[in-house]
Amino acid sequence: MSETRYTKDHEYIRIEGETGVVGITDFAQGQLGDVVFVELPSVGKTVAKGGEAAVVESVKAASEVYAPVSGEVVAVNSELEGAPGTVNEDPSGKGWFLKLKLKDAAELDGLMSEAEYQNYLKTL
Amino acid sequence: MLNRQGRPTQGTVSAHEPHATFTGNRALQQIEPLIFEIGHTETTGVDIDPPAPFKSRLGAHARKGEIGLPGLSEPEAMRHYVRLSQKNYGIDTGLFPLGSCTMKHNARLNEKTARMPGFSDVHPLQPVSTVPGALEVMLELSRYLMTLTGMPAVALSPKAGAHGEACGMMAIKAAIAAKGEGATRNVVLVPESAHGTNPATAALIGFSVRSVPARPDGTVAVEDVKALLGPDIAAIMLTNPNTCGIFEPQIVEIAAAMHEAGAYFYCDGANFNAIVGKAKPGDLGVDAMHINLHKTFSTPHGGGGPGAGPVVLSERLAPFAPVPFIHLEGGTPRLVETEADAPEGTAPFGRMTAFHGQMGMYVRALTYMLSHGADGMKQASEDAVLNANYIRAGLSDLMSLPFPDHPSMHEALFDDEWLKGTGVTTLDFAKAMIDEGYHPMTVYFPLVVHGAMLIEPTESESKASLDLFIATLRDLAMAAKGNDKERFTGAPHHAPLRRLDETRAARQPVLKWMPPAPLAEAAE
Amino acid sequence: MRYLPLSDTDRQDMLARIGVADVDALFSDVPADKLLKAPVDLPRAKGELEVERIMAKMSARNVSASAVPFFVGAGAYKHHVPATVDHLIQRSEFLTSYTPYQPEIAQGTLQYLFEFQTQVSALTGMEVANASMYDGSTGTGEAVLMAHRVTKRRKAVLSGGLHPHYAGVVRTLSEMANDEVVTLAPDVAATEDILAQIDDETSCVVVQSPDFFGNLRDLKPIAAKAHAHGALLIAVFTEVVSLGAVTPPGEQDADIVVGEGQSIGNALNFGGPYVGLFAAKSKYIRQMPGRLCGETVDASGQRGFVLTLSTREQHIRRDKATSNICTNSGLCVLAFTIHMTLLGQAGLTRLAAVNHANAVALADALAGVKGVSVLNASFFNEFTVKLPKPAAEIVEALAAKGILAGVPVSRLLPGAGLDDLLLVASTEINTNEDRAAFVAALAEVL
Repeated sequence: MSETRYTKDHEYIRIEGETGVVGITDFAQGQLGDVVFVELPSVGKTVAKGGEAAVVESVKAASEVYAPVSGEVVAVNSELEGAPGTVNEDPSGKGWFLKLKLKDAAELDGLMSEAEYQNYLKTL
Repeated sequence: MLNRQGRPTQGTVSAHEPHATFTGNRALQQIEPLIFEIGHTETTGVDIDPPAPFKSRLGAHARKGEIGLPGLSEPEAMRHYVRLSQKNYGIDTGLFPLGSCTMKHNARLNEKTARMPGFSDVHPLQPVSTVPGALEVMLELSRYLMTLTGMPAVALSPKAGAHGEACGMMAIKAAIAAKGEGATRNVVLVPESAHGTNPATAALIGFSVRSVPARPDGTVAVEDVKALLGPDIAAIMLTNPNTCGIFEPQIVEIAAAMHEAGAYFYCDGANFNAIVGKAKPGDLGVDAMHINLHKTFSTPHGGGGPGAGPVVLSERLAPFAPVPFIHLEGGTPRLVETEADAPEGTAPFGRMTAFHGQMGMYVRALTYMLSHGADGMKQASEDAVLNANYIRAGLSDLMSLPFPDHPSMHEALFDDEWLKGTGVTTLDFAKAMIDEGYHPMTVYFPLVVHGAMLIEPTESESKASLDLFIATLRDLAMAAKGNDKERFTGAPHHAPLRRLDETRAARQPVLKWMPPAPLAEAAE
Repeated sequence: MRYLPLSDTDRQDMLARIGVADVDALFSDVPADKLLKAPVDLPRAKGELEVERIMAKMSARNVSASAVPFFVGAGAYKHHVPATVDHLIQRSEFLTSYTPYQPEIAQGTLQYLFEFQTQVSALTGMEVANASMYDGSTGTGEAVLMAHRVTKRRKAVLSGGLHPHYAGVVRTLSEMANDEVVTLAPDVAATEDILAQIDDETSCVVVQSPDFFGNLRDLKPIAAKAHAHGALLIAVFTEVVSLGAVTPPGEQDADIVVGEGQSIGNALNFGGPYVGLFAAKSKYIRQMPGRLCGETVDASGQRGFVLTLSTREQHIRRDKATSNICTNSGLCVLAFTIHMTLLGQAGLTRLAAVNHANAVALADALAGVKGVSVLNASFFNEFTVKLPKPAAEIVEALAAKGILAGVPVSRLLPGAGLDDLLLVASTEINTNEDRAAFVAALAEVL
């Protein structure tokens, strides 16, 4: 059973034991439009909560993807290199960006739940 | 995380319209292959006799393989490029209201003078004694620029606006270092509405960037700037008139606040054309400002360059101007080309480019200035501002103005509030203008305005031309509001090509022509 | 005023429509005490005839390259440009168009940019080229910054054969960004030990060939050593015609290639505008500066071209852009690509052969003058001669005799103890008579 938490910047983190799978939400991919490139960090890099973890580029915009929580990058989705459109097609599934080994699970408490995020979207 | 400032790139595509002709051509619109598809490596359009046999001194470095460059005979080449030209829109084609880019008339006299042999056919390193007329052009251009800006010095060599920005910011960095504050003053303030080149330039030179919020009326408030000031602030980069087409009302106060805090005021002069002969940046407290000769002084844009970006400098920054520069010694000009040769009292921060800058552009700009004169340049600024406000007055009942409280300067800014609910985007609207025979205005810039449409008619348009333009945009606006969506989302319908797939271009970049794969390989 | 269509009646009508009394009401945001009341202190408007006379007078004070035997190079070269080139670049639709941000009505510009990128790739032997930089020197500065991004290191090693002004541009940029630069001493005979300078901190090695002194250099061992240390080789040239005769840097494993393209299609223009050529291995494409044009299709499936990968650029990435470059050298690119299309491989190869032959003939003739020696083991169309007197004096004396003989090395490298060296270039424009006049005059002034 996994739980997903959300940031106000439209990143999600799906908790799977001691690691979390990070990507951008369906709302985010819709706003960005066609994703053409994803720049991923190297495995082993440590990122701080709110720090830049990846860059996602559409044709006319580039956006930073921030780490929802602190941790060490233990895997990246290298499939996105050849098929960046996966982010548009399946953002919460095959379009994931990276996996973080959580440093402090308590940081998750500051993030939104699914229901909170859906409510947050209504305010935008 | 979300950057929503990018523009959409795909419209709804209408059904494919089959070509009714055998060739696919449409009268004057000819489909033109790439030179690699029509040329041959053994064909040439230049007759050169091979040299008589001689002993090569290339040593082991002689090229062995093929280059793979096709050639065309002269008639083929002529036709190829003429056909390509017919797929382009230029100022000479029609009204080109590209905000912030200043697409004014390019006088052919300027082209003629630039091609005079004493300017076009002189080498940057031939003896200085053989080019007094070239130095005279540079001095005369400098005099005009300094007089118009009210600034005491100018560095001519930067090759374009962004290069000029870099030059001005480098002078500021050098001045700060000379005061021993290099380690501490390393933050540059940049308003949210700035050109992208401003933060890019500051970062290039090792400054970090801090954003200044814009007020709801589209201007920068001196209080907001003051709130950010401190011993770490090196400078502010402010465009004036700003990218929303508004003259910053508190510019003098902002300049004073910067100076009081020991920092500098870099003015992005991209929009100087609105105030030439009307106000002098030197009077406003500017320390450095680049001037886009290709905007304000009408050197042609040429499909994206070459530009020229001389930078005027205040007394405090003048000593740090880069080499090369002309130093007057007892009235005699001396070309200073190396830092070792710099006169006393100067401390050039280095060099921006190999030679003396864009001489070809200096000649064109000086020709423009001589032609217009002090009176003509003032009139040109006034007419540019008048034309922009006339368009604004003609459209503001149908299209929404984000900043109605200030008069526009040389460009009128609209947002897409008025398109809400129509299903038509700013991009669609722009593409529909193409069908009407106009180049679109600047869209989605400045970023602080949603769906921005920035219209700059310039002083080159007649009243009749403006009236037709206003009538056309009114008709389009009515259609957009009147549910005629297909006219927009499928546009352009009548251009040489329909809307292009930019996603495909970016996802699988094809950046050069590749020979078709041999059949055997292709079959695999 | 011939350039301003509005009449006074128009202006009054328009002000009335806007609803203001006079034009200064539109300048109401300008502080009242800063608004100029009278025209600035400059002459009044002039007619075309008068302006042309003024400019012609200034032009006539200069000695143009075509008027005299001419042997000046050192980064800019006098070549013959076919008449077709200048005619075509003055077509309205090219001259008065803007950066092709609306691709549906800018396919002319986009297609020639695509053709240009392909030509530059072929010439340099590289996988990918951009749509131009301002010139070779600024392109070299950008190449060093790009290498820093790729390697995440901050030390550049500059060969002593790199054009001193190019080195100056790199040093200026690097100093401002607090990056390290190692500049080797001027290397007249191409004997420097640049391999010894490459270590694990090195981001890139910048080597020019033909170098500033005219020598052709073997880049392969430098590339090998650089790659062994995780550094990049940036290969530079200032004379693009040389690529018609010498092994291109791409065949020597260069990672980034930068060059000056002025020689093809563009006039000397006293130093600008010129056109910077910039090519690289395709794996570095996302770190490249400048514009890129790419192929795609339109909504009805027709082939077309667009500016692409623009998320690298300043108008999107702002302070995280790969470069602050915005304008490039559009029209100079057009001149280059038309001239190159006219030449083709056959024409370029022959042009290069004639350049080399003329330079060899000149070198041999100058070496016959008493006290003069040619220092190069190899060269293309430019070489260094050692004179028995300071070269700057000799150049002035020859200029007085109506011969523009070359560039004294001391003009670019003052105080380097190289005052007796003269750079001499010879291209297809030089005749037997030019050479004979040069040799005879040199013998006289020595």
